[in-house]
Amino acid sequence: MRGETPNLKIMSTEVNIPPQFEIVDRPLDTQMTISMGPQHPSTHGVLRLELVLDGEMVVKSTPDIGYLHTGMEKLFEYRKYQQGIVITDRMDYLNPLGNNLAYVMAVEKLLQLEIPERAQTIRVLMCELQRIASHLVWLGTHALDLGAMTVFFYCFREREKILNLIEAASGGRLTPSYFRIGGLMMDLPSGFERRVGQFQDNFVHALGEFDKLVTGNRIFQKRTQGVGYISAEDAIDWGLSGPCLRGSGIELDIRRMNPYTGYEKYDFDIITETDGDVWARYLVRMREMKESHRIVAQAISRLAPGPVKADAPKVVLPDREAMKTHMDALIHHFLIVAEGFDVPAGEVYHPIEASKGELGVYIKSTGGPKPARVHFRGPSFVNLSALPHMARGAMVADIVAIIGSLDIVLGEIDR
Amino acid sequence: MAEDNQTGPAVNSTLNDPQASAPSPVAAALQRAHPAAVTEVVEALGETTIVVPRAEIVAACTFLKTAPGFEFNFLADVCGYDRGPEEDPRFEVNYHLFSITRHHRVRLKVILTEDDPHVPTVSTIWRTADWHERETYDLFGVIFDGHPDLRRILLPDDWQGHALRKDFPLRGYEPYSLE
Repeated sequence: MRGETPNLKIMSTEVNIPPQFEIVDRPLDTQMTISMGPQHPSTHGVLRLELVLDGEMVVKSTPDIGYLHTGMEKLFEYRKYQQGIVITDRMDYLNPLGNNLAYVMAVEKLLQLEIPERAQTIRVLMCELQRIASHLVWLGTHALDLGAMTVFFYCFREREKILNLIEAASGGRLTPSYFRIGGLMMDLPSGFERRVGQFQDNFVHALGEFDKLVTGNRIFQKRTQGVGYISAEDAIDWGLSGPCLRGSGIELDIRRMNPYTGYEKYDFDIITETDGDVWARYLVRMREMKESHRIVAQAISRLAPGPVKADAPKVVLPDREAMKTHMDALIHHFLIVAEGFDVPAGEVYHPIEASKGELGVYIKSTGGPKPARVHFRGPSFVNLSALPHMARGAMVADIVAIIGSLDIVLGEIDR
Repeated sequence: MAEDNQTGPAVNSTLNDPQASAPSPVAAALQRAHPAAVTEVVEALGETTIVVPRAEIVAACTFLKTAPGFEFNFLADVCGYDRGPEEDPRFEVNYHLFSITRHHRVRLKVILTEDDPHVPTVSTIWRTADWHERETYDLFGVIFDGHPDLRRILLPDDWQGHALRKDFPLRGYEPYSLE
């Protein structure tokens, strides 16, 4: 629509209004088209919706995306493989470690690298912490959209603790780039397990607080139950994944179905609800946080000393100490940084279960230190495409609830 | 699986993969049902890629969606790839299929020339293909015939060119090169 927007001249008599913005003057049967966003606070960033309204009923809704498009997929083709990791941080900025993981695992698959046990366990640990953090932002903003402000502060208080943990491990809060091709940036700092334990002990109580604040809230229930319904068949047809798909009763979790980075060794339940509405998706995410809490505890208990980087000197940067004392380590360090490393020709599609659904990375390599194509199948992108289906016949206020229940991040949708 | 290998198509692996395995039962079943739908099968890195002529892509997807034993009922992704302006054929469109009941995956690949970058839409089979195809059209200029609403999705409607083509510059208004 942006390209067709005419130059509206005030005072001009000939205003060329595109057909979808034409206001039909029918006093008793009025349909009007309004533009919701891109600055609307409940659109979670820069999403614009074109709503055709009949009174307060939504006749048609059309998402208009691309306001945050930064050409990341293009940028990958001009950067070495290891430089791509920092770009992935900025896609789904609520779940950067998940993005890191999907990308580095795809490259590792091309390189056929074996990742040490400890690095895999730490990856699971950090990803599950990040999943909780991502779900906390969802819960806070979802409740805020529906008028409950307090929850937001409680959620961000807990999320802050997770971000502090991520900062302790990686040095970055929102853009950690902690997972590297072949392992981790570095091992966990000393005392990390104890700090995670403190968070874990508190979090059970905090989750109970959220439950009391939101789940039993009559207003919240009325705003969400029966709203934004999508059936199981439609959910598959629209390609929904993650909590949105599980909210429609389909038991699908890539951590279980196509296990990666050792998830097959962890004991957790796949949460499903059968109602397929905003309320069901809410319940799924709330209970998923408990499962992530369980996985974090298991990962902590599985942590055993060992290396956190693969034994691949041409791909993995050497330790600083080795670099200063060994000539070959210094040479490898120089070559990796200056020229990158060659990745064999091939193509992979690596899916992981990110906090929002199936995050798939397609990498095409034609050899050399830079990828020929990197494509991200963002769960937010696909889940948002089903919004018009869910929003048929809803009220304007329901749209806000539905967007909240999809848990979209525009950084990933627009890429 | 062993019987499937006998009737399977000739493998012409273009990827040097030490772990390349026997031709997949998916490709064999697809070839039995639609002999014209399989031109090449690549098994590499634990993934199956079936190259499908564009005229057969709808038939292949329709078959795989409900094929007993495979049931690829979930379209995970559609993405394009530009081999470069000097290559002919130039474009690839990849369809990543997943089975919710059987948890396996397959990649279908359609190869298109620059002069005629048309491929039939699969949005009639999976509605999720709608946005994926719009994105591929937007960034590569691949035209999906029969698509209900083939508009640009990420870039503005008045954008010139297709940004993920290899001859599209990374930045600036002039072709940009580090060399």
